[in-house]
Amino acid sequence: LSSGSEVSLSHSNMSESAKPHHPSPQGKGEKSHGGDFSYVGIDAILEQMRRKAMKQGFELNLMVVGQSGLGKSTLMNTLFKSKVSRNKSVQSNPEERIPKTVEIKSISHDIEEKGVRMKLTVIDTPGFGDQINNENCWQPIMKFINDQYEAYLQEEININRKKRIPDSRVHCCIYFIPPTGHCLRPLDVEFMRRLSKVVNIVPVIAKADTLTLEERDSFKQTIREELRANGIDVYPQKEFDEDAEDRMINDKIREMIPFAVVGSDQEYQVNGKRLLGRKTKWGTIEVENIAHCEFAYLRDLLIRTHMQNIKDITGSIHYETYRVRRLNESNGHLESLLGSLPVKRATVFW
Amino acid sequence: MILLVNFSSPFLRSPRAPVITEGMSSSEVLAGEAEGNGGIMGQQKNLEGYVGFANLPNQVYRKSVKRGFEFTLMVVGESGLGKSTLINSLFLTDLYSPDYPGPSHRIKKTVQVEQSQVLIKEGGVHLLLTIVDTPGFGDAVDNSNCWQPVTDYIDNKFEDFLNSESRVNRRLMPDSRVHCCLYFIAPSGHGLKPLDIEFMKRLHEKVNVIPLIAKADTMTPEECLQFKKQIMKEIHEHKIKIYDFPETDNEEEMKMIRKIKDRLPLAVVGSNTIIEVNGKRVRGRQYPWGVAEVENGDHCDFTILRNMLIRTHMQDLKDVTNNVHYENYRSRKLAAVTYNGVDNNKNKSQLTKPDTPDGMSPLAQMEEERREHVAKMKKMEQEMEQVFDMKVKEKIQKLQDSEAELQKRHEQMKKNLQAQYKELEEKRRQFEEEVNTWETHQRILEQQKLELNRTIDKGKKKKIF
Repeated sequence: LSSGSEVSLSHSNMSESAKPHHPSPQGKGEKSHGGDFSYVGIDAILEQMRRKAMKQGFELNLMVVGQSGLGKSTLMNTLFKSKVSRNKSVQSNPEERIPKTVEIKSISHDIEEKGVRMKLTVIDTPGFGDQINNENCWQPIMKFINDQYEAYLQEEININRKKRIPDSRVHCCIYFIPPTGHCLRPLDVEFMRRLSKVVNIVPVIAKADTLTLEERDSFKQTIREELRANGIDVYPQKEFDEDAEDRMINDKIREMIPFAVVGSDQEYQVNGKRLLGRKTKWGTIEVENIAHCEFAYLRDLLIRTHMQNIKDITGSIHYETYRVRRLNESNGHLESLLGSLPVKRATVFW
Repeated sequence: MILLVNFSSPFLRSPRAPVITEGMSSSEVLAGEAEGNGGIMGQQKNLEGYVGFANLPNQVYRKSVKRGFEFTLMVVGESGLGKSTLINSLFLTDLYSPDYPGPSHRIKKTVQVEQSQVLIKEGGVHLLLTIVDTPGFGDAVDNSNCWQPVTDYIDNKFEDFLNSESRVNRRLMPDSRVHCCLYFIAPSGHGLKPLDIEFMKRLHEKVNVIPLIAKADTMTPEECLQFKKQIMKEIHEHKIKIYDFPETDNEEEMKMIRKIKDRLPLAVVGSNTIIEVNGKRVRGRQYPWGVAEVENGDHCDFTILRNMLIRTHMQDLKDVTNNVHYENYRSRKLAAVTYNGVDNNKNKSQLTKPDTPDGMSPLAQMEEERREHVAKMKKMEQEMEQVFDMKVKEKIQKLQDSEAELQKRHEQMKKNLQAQYKELEEKRRQFEEEVNTWETHQRILEQQKLELNRTIDKGKKKKIF
């Protein structure tokens, strides 16, 4: 019953948004279907899509990369308000040993909110950048990402394809920059340079409660300059802005990256409200307070506004690049199989 | 057993005077006295009147103040951990100021060791402070052996001191040995990184290592405690010997030291900006959610570090460096030299210096030199032989070459000669042929003449008849 009412509520929202295309003089918020003669009902397709989406659910694969101790797991837990990242045992040996090589650990959760189901996969990379010699520590990660693309490609070129190919491609990679306050380290530059070509990278400044506001601003400035100097294109990429409106929104975001975030999964009482935060002797840092840190912006970007865009870019650009490269490599063998498959696929809405 | 009592001396009283030794009852005191004063050392004497050697510390003090103090402090850690800020906060000077930015503002390609000196004066006391910084440590992608420049620097300083100690003229002995190394640990909250462990293992025998947790305002108090426990556990696991506070007899000091030991490794926050908090002016860092005060014991352990480093234990750090680390270095170095003539320090050019360090027996040294000399001679001999061989070979080769050449020429000339012979033969033959033809030709002519003559004769004969 509740879902029914929610459905109708959303329907009215949909029709509100469809208002400019629709010349019918329907009042705002009215939900009449057949009262007007000039109403065709094309906008009802949005409703159908929505229902289908709710039934199928969404998939999101996030990868977190950064040195150990930067708060990656805590941030994931804070983002999705539940313990989604790898289990840290609470016994006498709470800290895991640092692995000798970079490992890839992938944990999936099914979460649901207001009837919308999401299969969230968090891919963790313990051991990154922790050794004394960190040469080529990005290779296992790149291999993993390419393997996911490969798996998807194999499913796609099958003769008998599944109706819905399980999407295990990495949609977004969150890279944690340690809050030194000076500049990017060579390791950061190397990693981001290589990976911005195969996956969407969102850099964040970890443990941002170390920096005062002035230090934070100058640090961000330095990082942005270095990214530009090295030709690293992080999400949202300038070249994929579709129209002026997109560009405006994305420009605002681009002025703020990298986001300075603080994560916490403990609640404290502040001014009568219970908020997520960190309590120190000199004050309590509220995670969702924009004056304190930019966690809210990151959450909005990743989940509330740009999630679909991220998946689109992964699917239509990064994956296609991989596909073209792969097919050209083994052109003799596969061309016969593929025949008339078009090189660029129409963007499916999920 | 005879009691020698000198009544004439005004300074020694009769042994009946009460001896001030803690915990002894009066009967024991008397018994001790009755036994005799053979061992004056163990007994303390109470003096009537003022001798004045209680003034000795003042004399030492005055002399040291005149001479001034030296202290060398090394700071090691990844860039961005607040080393320069902490140094500025500790000594309340701007060692690294905006016009002379510290090394951390430029990323280095390799690890370098930089030294800056500053003379601080306070209350008439001079302190020549040398700060050794290590920019580039742990910043590259591949950090293997990034501790090498640091250990080399420390060893070089020890060597300098060793040489100046062994010199004949020892008037000026500047002490530039590293007295203390502050190692900055990044506040990850998990534990020590492999780089931290490697570095500390290599340096704990050369210098006093004091590990610090940098940027401690990143962590809440619980996280901080957890982190400290984890670090201490790992330090014990890997048997790293960090600087240990000396035991004292004073109960109060012991209590303080125990308190410090509980809070190791010290979590510090550095800042030189002054902020107003509740009407008070404090040094701290201003955040939107509050001010982290540097000198507040609840907030961080900066005051403990400063007191320990400067106010109470600076001299002890220098003593431990001198007595333990330097002596270790010295004995290792000298033992390596006198061990069976096999010199482990050949690459260090110290042995060729004319002044020999103390403690090396001259005989062994002579043996050593003789052996060296013999070896050198042998080598020279070998070399000369080699050169000689080579020359001989060359000569032989040259001779062979010229022989071959001569042979060739000989052949060539023979061929020429033969060719000329042939030519000559040919010509002769031709000539002979010509001669033959001419002769035959002549004969024919002769014959023809004869014929002619005969016919003429015949004609003549006919005419006669």
